[in-house]
Amino acid sequence: MHQFLVFVRKEFYHIFRDKRTLLILFGMPVVQIILFGFAITNEIREAKIAVLDQSHDYYSRRLTDKLVASGYLITDQYLQSNNQVETAFKAGEIKMVVVIPAKFGEDFFHQKKVTVQLLADAGDPNTATTLLNYATAIISSYQQELELQNNLPLTINTTVRMRYNPALKSVFLFVPGVMTLILLLVSAMMTSITITREKELGTMEILLVSPLPPAMIIIGKVMPYILLAFVNAVIILSMGVGIFGMPIKGSILLLLLECVLFVLTSLSLGILISTVTNTQQTAMMASMMGLLMPTVLLSGFIFPVESMPEPLQVLSNVMPAKWFIIILKDIMLKGAGLRDIWLQTGILAGMTLFFLGISIRNFKIRLN
Amino acid sequence: MNPIITRSLTKKFGNFIATNAITFEVLPGEIFGFLGANGAGKTTAMRMLCGLLKPSSGEAFVAGYNVYTQTEKVKKSIGYMSQRFSLYEDLTVKENIRFYGGIYGLSNQQIKDKTAQLLQKLGIEKEAGQLVGALPLGWKQKLSFSVAILHDPAIVFLDEPTGGVDPVTRRQFWDMIYEAANSGVTVFVTTHYMDEAEYCNRVSIMVDGKIEALDTPVALKSHYQADTMNDVFLQLARGK
Repeated sequence: MHQFLVFVRKEFYHIFRDKRTLLILFGMPVVQIILFGFAITNEIREAKIAVLDQSHDYYSRRLTDKLVASGYLITDQYLQSNNQVETAFKAGEIKMVVVIPAKFGEDFFHQKKVTVQLLADAGDPNTATTLLNYATAIISSYQQELELQNNLPLTINTTVRMRYNPALKSVFLFVPGVMTLILLLVSAMMTSITITREKELGTMEILLVSPLPPAMIIIGKVMPYILLAFVNAVIILSMGVGIFGMPIKGSILLLLLECVLFVLTSLSLGILISTVTNTQQTAMMASMMGLLMPTVLLSGFIFPVESMPEPLQVLSNVMPAKWFIIILKDIMLKGAGLRDIWLQTGILAGMTLFFLGISIRNFKIRLN
Repeated sequence: MNPIITRSLTKKFGNFIATNAITFEVLPGEIFGFLGANGAGKTTAMRMLCGLLKPSSGEAFVAGYNVYTQTEKVKKSIGYMSQRFSLYEDLTVKENIRFYGGIYGLSNQQIKDKTAQLLQKLGIEKEAGQLVGALPLGWKQKLSFSVAILHDPAIVFLDEPTGGVDPVTRRQFWDMIYEAANSGVTVFVTTHYMDEAEYCNRVSIMVDGKIEALDTPVALKSHYQADTMNDVFLQLARGK
C-alpha cells in the first residue's frame, strides 16, 4: 500500500508541475463550456428583419408588432417598395424581409385567403431556415388568434409543447456533450500520454524491473486521472446548473456514478492506446483522430444521429460517448432512473471490460 | 551459490534466436563486463535476468532465485540502471530518492536515513530541493547509480551506464562502481567503451547470440595476442 501511495504521489507531481497538462485539465473544460454555452449556439436572438407593409391597416400593423414581440426578431427597417428589398439584403444587416400585401385585413376576412411573403437571406442556410420557422410559427399563431375572435369554423388548432426543454435551449445539448468530450479527453488522451511518456523516457523499464506489479503501475498511473476527471465532471455539472440553468431532474448520485463509469470506459481506451503506441506524439494523434474526432462527429453531440446515413448510424453505436450522452440527458432532463437507462449503462460497462481485456492481452504479448 | 548462474539460456523471437544457449556464472562482488556489438543479444539476455522477459529454454538463477518462477524475489534483489537516464526530470533530487526507495518497499525512516547519507556522499546536499532536470548530466548519472543501489541489492545491472558522458565523469563513475563492488555488490555491466572493459574483473563477449569469449581482460588479450580489449573485440566481432 505504501508503494502504491508513493507512486500516486509521484503522478501528482508530474501533473501539477506540467503547465500544459494543467491547462488541458482545468482550463479547457471551463473555456469549452463558456464557448458552447454562450457563443456557439443554434438559437437566434434578435435577428434583424425588414418589413415591407403594403397594406398599412390595423391587422398588418398588429402582425408586425407580434413578430417583434417574440424577442427573436427586431424590425430594423420599414421598406416602402419592392425595389428596396434587394438593397436591404445587400447591406448585409437584414436577415429576412416580411412582405405584407396590400389590403391584408380586408382579404383575410373577405377572401378568406391572404399570402404573406417571407424572403430570407439563405447565404447562411441554417439561420435562414430557423428564421423562417420562427416567422411561420408566429404568423400562424396570429392567424389562430384572429380566427378565434371571429369564430370562424373548421380550423385545426395544433398545440405544441416542447417537453424536457421547453425553451429549446441548445445549452441542454451542449453541456452533456462538452462533459462527455472533456471526460474522454482527460481520461483517454491524458492517460495514454502519461503512460507512453514513461516508455519514451525509458523510466517504464525501470518501473517494470522494480518489484511493483505491472497492474499496480497502470492503476497508479491512471488513479490521479480518475480523481481529476471526476472533479472536472463536477465542475462542468455545476457550471451547467449554476450558469445555464440546466436541470438535474434525476438522482445526482446516479448521475455521478454514471460519470465514474464513463471515466473508467475512457481510461480503458486510454490504456489500450498506450499499449499500441510508443511515443507521446503518436498516443496524442491516436486519441485525437481515433477518439475525439469520431466522438464529436458521430456521438450525436453536434449532428443528430437520426439524420445520418444508415452506415454511420450503425457506426455511431460503437462510440461510448453516444451512450453516455443519452444517459446524461435522460437523467438530467427526463429524471430517468437506473431502470430506464440500464441498457446504456450495461453497454458502457461491457465496452470497459472489453477494452481492458484487449489491453491486458496486448501488455502480456509485449512482455513476452 | 553464485549471484548469477545461467545454463543454456535461450530466447527465440519466432525463428530468430536472440540468445543462443548461453552458459556462464558471475562471482560474488565481481564486476562482470557483458560486451557485444549492437544486436548481439546482450539486451535480451539482460532482460531475461531482470525478469522482464521469459526465457524460451534453459535455466537461470539470479541471487539464488529462479527467473521463471520467482521473478518477484529476483526483482527485489536487483538494482537496475539503463542507458537512458532513469530519474524523473520534473521531480527534485529528494523526491526521486523517496520515490525509488518507496517502490522498493523501504520504510519512511529508512528512506530518510538513506537520503541523508546519499546526499552527503555525492556532496549535493544543497541541490536536494532542485529539479533533477536542472542538474549537469554527470551528476544525474551518479545520482541515478546511487538510486539504483539504494535498496542494497545483491546485484546491480548497468545497461550502458556511461553513454554520452565525458571522460572525467566516466572515470568518477567507475570509482563509484568499484566502491559498490568493494562493499559486496555484484556488478553486471554492459558497455560500448572498450577502455571500460579493462576495468572489469571478467569480461564476456557475445557474438550473434552466443558467448564467444569469457575471461579476465588480461587473459583475453594474451589469448588473442592483442594489445587492447578493442582489438580483442574487433577480432571476435568481425567474425573469424
